[in-house]
Amino acid sequence: MSDSPPSYLPEHPPVQDWVNDFDHTDPRWTENPFPIWEELRAASPVVHTDRFLGCYMPTTYQAVKEISYDTEHFSSRRVIVRDVRPEITARAPPITSDPPEHKPAKQLLLPPFTPDAMKKLEPRVRAICNELIDEFIADGNCDAAARYTKHIPVRAIAHMLGIPEKDGDHFIRWIHGILELGIKDDDALMGAVREMTAYFAGHIEARKTKPTDDLITTLMNAKGPDGQPLEDGHVLGSLRLLLIAGIDTTWSAIGSSLWHLAKTPSDRERLAREPALIPTAVEEFLRAYSPVTMAREVIKETTISGCPVKANNMVLLSFPAANRDPAMFPDADKVVIDRKENRHAAFGLGIHRCVGSNLARMEMIVAIEEWLKRIPEFRLDPAGTVTWSEGTVRGPRQLPMLFGKA
Amino acid sequence: MSGKLKIHVDQDKCQGHARCKSLAPELFNLDEYGNAHEVGDGTVPAGLEDKAWLAKSNCPEFAIEVTEE
Repeated sequence: MSDSPPSYLPEHPPVQDWVNDFDHTDPRWTENPFPIWEELRAASPVVHTDRFLGCYMPTTYQAVKEISYDTEHFSSRRVIVRDVRPEITARAPPITSDPPEHKPAKQLLLPPFTPDAMKKLEPRVRAICNELIDEFIADGNCDAAARYTKHIPVRAIAHMLGIPEKDGDHFIRWIHGILELGIKDDDALMGAVREMTAYFAGHIEARKTKPTDDLITTLMNAKGPDGQPLEDGHVLGSLRLLLIAGIDTTWSAIGSSLWHLAKTPSDRERLAREPALIPTAVEEFLRAYSPVTMAREVIKETTISGCPVKANNMVLLSFPAANRDPAMFPDADKVVIDRKENRHAAFGLGIHRCVGSNLARMEMIVAIEEWLKRIPEFRLDPAGTVTWSEGTVRGPRQLPMLFGKA
Repeated sequence: MSGKLKIHVDQDKCQGHARCKSLAPELFNLDEYGNAHEVGDGTVPAGLEDKAWLAKSNCPEFAIEVTEE
């Protein structure tokens, strides 16, 4: 008997040749992807690996942009690069939709996420941040990823959807199954999708007899392009999307921001002194530490930045790598918290622009403002270890901090 | 008088990132889907020129045109 995985599952041997055999689940990528992206970008605007049943990665801002705008050759029906490509069963419109289905599905979700709608949610998010800080500030230290950054998006999206904030641990477990374990383990993914679907089906059922004032009821009352109410399957898919997309992503973005501030005293001191600069700094954190890498599936052969791209391959659509391209951003590898010109693509480009971008920005700004008000002095705990999530969404999952002057 | 600015948001390009609204709220309105439109006929009031350029240079979709009249 051996402990190695069953032979039918693809193996992930350590990468020897990044340019021709990249693997975004390699531990070195997870730990520090930036030098790897530099190496790939120096080699070609588009690289390929035979792993994941064949996958390209655009390495420049320009190549990422070309693919994002090209819905003719690149489909969104699969948005995670995985070892397997089983038949698609669990759609999550609009993120998994292509034109012409995409637009009506997206328009349903846009009004609840405008900046004005987010202003109404902001006091609740500010209160959430302070409730969390109250729980650990007296200790003089905390794991900020486990006790702060994780809970802010969980509670905010639960509040919007109208589901109990205390169910957050389930959400985190499902998301881990879908976004991380699911890359290599189909059972973990399907199990998580099943549990999540059953959970939301229960909430939909309850609202059929007792409507509530929340996003679930809004979606249930929405009409499709044919004037008919959405099918339960569409509502369930969009709810799964909002939960999955709204949590890991912002958890990561807030975590990376605090990680940067913990190890960069000059930036931390400046933001504590000049809180009006925080929204500008947040844009730079989004650029430099973009959490989200999307995917596309090539459905028709084409050329991207002069490189041939063949059908039946996946594409690792790395907005994070695009945002580190020195051809687009001067001093791309430096974090410049007052960067004036910043057309970063952290929320995507083109029709699939993140529907929750205004929510994410508001959560990041409020989370950093409230933290700096209460804990202006903090640093990484030298006795602890910072760990990062693997795969589709990158951010700190352990972030041990000490408070006060060193 | 020279350098009077006019802005325009290309509706085919705007995807509702809302960077312009955050940087230059006096110059842009958002519709119910969060997509941006120039206020009025897009004429930039004196004193807001820098904000117009700032909004343009932060639009991820290159959807904002600034013209000098």
